[in-house]
Amino acid sequence: MSMYTTIVGMEIHVELRTKSKMFCGCVNDPFHAKKPNSYTCPVCLGMPGALPVANKKAIEWTIRLGHALGSTISMFSKFDRKNYFYPDLPKGYQISQYDQPLCRGGKITTTLGDVRIHRVHLEEDTGKLLHTTVKGKKVSLIDFNRSSVPLVEIVTEPDIRSGEQAKLFLKKLHQIIRYLEISDANMEEGSMRLEPNISIKPAASSGAVGILSEEELPQYKVEVKNINSFNFVKKAIEYEVKRHIALLEAGTIPPQETRGWNEDKNETFSQRRKETADDYRYFPDPDIPPVEIDESYIEEVKKNMPTLPSVYRQLYSELKLDTATAETLLIDPRAGRFLKDIRENSNDEAARRVALWVVNVASISDDLQDDAPWPVSWQNAVKLSNLVAENKLSSSATKEVWLEMFNSNTDPEEIAEKNNLLQVSDSAEIEKIVAGVLAENSKAAEDVKNGEMKAIGFLVGQVMKASQGKANPGIAQQLIKKQLGL
Amino acid sequence: MKLNTLTLQSVLALLKKKKISLSELYRDTRAEIEEKNKTFNIFLSLNQNAEHEAEDYSLLPLGGIPVSVKDNFLTIGIQTTASSNVLKGFMPPFESTVTTRLKAAGGVILGKTNMDAWAHGSSTETSDFGSTKNPRNPDHLPGGSSGGSAASVAADMCIISLGSETAGSIRQPSAWCGTVGLKPTYGRVSRYGVVAMGSSLDSPGPIGKTVTDCAMLFGFIAGSDRYDGTTGGAIVPDLVKEKEKGIKGMRIGLTYVDHEKLQGTPVDAALRKAAEVYEQLGAHVSFVPLSQAIEKGKILTPDYAIGVYTVVQRGEVSSNLARYDGIRYGHDRSSFGAEAKRRIMLGTFTLSKGYADKYYVRAQQVRSLYIQNYRDLFSQFDVLIAPTSPGYALKHGASKDNPMFGELEDMLVEPSSISGLPGINVPCYYDPQTNLSLGLNIIADHWREDLIVRAGYAFEQATDWNPWVRQEKKV
Repeated sequence: MSMYTTIVGMEIHVELRTKSKMFCGCVNDPFHAKKPNSYTCPVCLGMPGALPVANKKAIEWTIRLGHALGSTISMFSKFDRKNYFYPDLPKGYQISQYDQPLCRGGKITTTLGDVRIHRVHLEEDTGKLLHTTVKGKKVSLIDFNRSSVPLVEIVTEPDIRSGEQAKLFLKKLHQIIRYLEISDANMEEGSMRLEPNISIKPAASSGAVGILSEEELPQYKVEVKNINSFNFVKKAIEYEVKRHIALLEAGTIPPQETRGWNEDKNETFSQRRKETADDYRYFPDPDIPPVEIDESYIEEVKKNMPTLPSVYRQLYSELKLDTATAETLLIDPRAGRFLKDIRENSNDEAARRVALWVVNVASISDDLQDDAPWPVSWQNAVKLSNLVAENKLSSSATKEVWLEMFNSNTDPEEIAEKNNLLQVSDSAEIEKIVAGVLAENSKAAEDVKNGEMKAIGFLVGQVMKASQGKANPGIAQQLIKKQLGL
Repeated sequence: MKLNTLTLQSVLALLKKKKISLSELYRDTRAEIEEKNKTFNIFLSLNQNAEHEAEDYSLLPLGGIPVSVKDNFLTIGIQTTASSNVLKGFMPPFESTVTTRLKAAGGVILGKTNMDAWAHGSSTETSDFGSTKNPRNPDHLPGGSSGGSAASVAADMCIISLGSETAGSIRQPSAWCGTVGLKPTYGRVSRYGVVAMGSSLDSPGPIGKTVTDCAMLFGFIAGSDRYDGTTGGAIVPDLVKEKEKGIKGMRIGLTYVDHEKLQGTPVDAALRKAAEVYEQLGAHVSFVPLSQAIEKGKILTPDYAIGVYTVVQRGEVSSNLARYDGIRYGHDRSSFGAEAKRRIMLGTFTLSKGYADKYYVRAQQVRSLYIQNYRDLFSQFDVLIAPTSPGYALKHGASKDNPMFGELEDMLVEPSSISGLPGINVPCYYDPQTNLSLGLNIIADHWREDLIVRAGYAFEQATDWNPWVRQEKKV
């Protein structure tokens, strides 16, 4: 039992994938721009006289996220100037939100406990610096393609008690963001950035630690930056906790600082000491009128947002899919919409049947680009399900049809006919074939009559052969037994 | 007669009737500049291509006439410096909305005029490129920060000019140079492409020879702009039509004449005379007493506005100048002049932790009191009149070693500036010994440029203070 309680709060930055940037009409696509400084204009370059005009979609999507997290949406919020100097910040200030953010409160539930959200606000991203050597000289190059891209900042309360819980929290948050379709949330590219703030304190004698008040929090915290996977967040937290314990046992309070994560060595390293908080001289940005919204707008945003993972989780549970299947399906929001459509236009049985095909036969392909539509229509899927329900396809034939249909969205009946896969389940027809086979294979027929059930397999095989594989083997077997008087 | 001395209205009429030509107009204007610009230091840069552009624009409403533009408007192809060494040689890659609209209407940018560097001042003496002389009397300052613009009009070196006001920078140099200056409601004219000084205050507007001229130019530049989120919301009035409505029955409040600084000064006399004129014209003039606190029917003393303006403006300035690091354009911070540095330091201080509440937040709260006070007064009055400036144009050197010079000189216009109200300056007095004028400041409620133009036009037509109006009356 650890003598110390881990206290972690997370700060997560998410780049919104709106068409244009946060305060100007430039293309918002910093990771796929062909050249540096090609998606720029006077506003995001901080030229004299340039003025910001807020992106309405970005505000709407931030409210979407607030809804998904159960936050309170502020009916009055504003943008503030956060003043500091850095070459990637062209205006010498970042437009952000200080004391009146768009969303407050909310929470994400994990199997290791709830993590409360402190606030969600909207701001602009900075340009990107590249340190390199040009003609033998050490230089720093700045690319402003990313300057002023909309950035949502999510701050949690210090409720996280372990690296594992952090990982679970982040996975859930990531999933919600993907389902809301507001960001690619790609850690490698940098459209989702993770910063744990870590501290520890001696465990309370009772062992359990719930919500801590301001006074109960440790007097220091260490921020870790440049972590680009949830697993590394977990490792960084575990590393830090060990490091802090060692320091505290030695009688020193860990210095308040920013540290980086070295993924090769699996350890953190010191980057910048921060004894006191920086003074950003926040004041309301006079160039941007405050954002005033009403209940009806907030409701409209809620109505128009994509379905959340929790709704699909519920659907999969109602379809009686096991947890592993459900979790696989939950990776891709498109699968959920697809299955929901099937259920609504057909029935639970069809939806369940198709769900199992998606997971076990042609699963969610890694090749599918994020923006690509789901490759097969629910209408075709329902058709295939009906064919199976009507016994018109053997299980191997079903697999074959599904695979071709999934990639080409062709009508399954067409595929089955083209490949001669349609099963004959009409008893009368099979009766004739069975009669013929029994007539030609009297020895095998005798064997079955005498109790050698193994011979039935041979006879069914003969029926399949005689029917070019179209006879329904189950029915064939029944009819063979019937005709043999068994 | 020299064609450059004509008003905009007259020039357009004569061009239409083909009584004069653009080339003649430009010839006379250039001659004036050739003769006097070196001494008066009005234009920082000239557009040598103006005549050619004029030919292309001759069929547009502004007919290709030469306009001078304050050097804080970004203009493609013409150097833009805001009179600071930091932007010396800066050739903007984009154009301000106002000058774009000016050109679309057929106005030609003749050149960029001198100003207080970064608009930090009320004298034009803080320009990094030397001060400007007042064309009425070269021993005196033209005022500021649109000193070059007002001087270019006063010297007939253009037909009309574009300036900007943060607190007094259109109206005060207009008063000192004897021109008309119209400061629109904040948010009426786009700030996109104008070097930002006080973002919650900056208002671009026309400086011209007559009220009619300013009303005409206003119509082409005013109106919401999608590149400036603080514009819009109101329909743009046709001021040229509105001014004809007259002022019979207009309720006019006479303010600030009881301020201790103005007692017994020529300003006091000028205002009382102006009030008489309005009475004779059929308006109802009432005296509005000063008060030290908000009281119904009284006007809050302008003294507090000095503190409000100083703190709020410098806070915004300290943030707006942060982008001039010399990395993407311009020269680096070592090129800032002394006044810019002073304002950056003070602004940074009043926004900093532990002081922001005491200074910045407090200033914004007092600002709200002024807005409240005006709301009360404009339920009683259509317009308020006051002196624009506490006195005549001061002599050169007056602003040296006097960091609060601007704020004190602009005291009388600061309350309306911080409240975002529209105001117009019209000449209202004259000293034959110095050749200098005094200015009358007329203000109205938000979006009511129509009222101030009516009051200004009526006054200008009924009196002889404006030399261009006198000239037109003779014709």
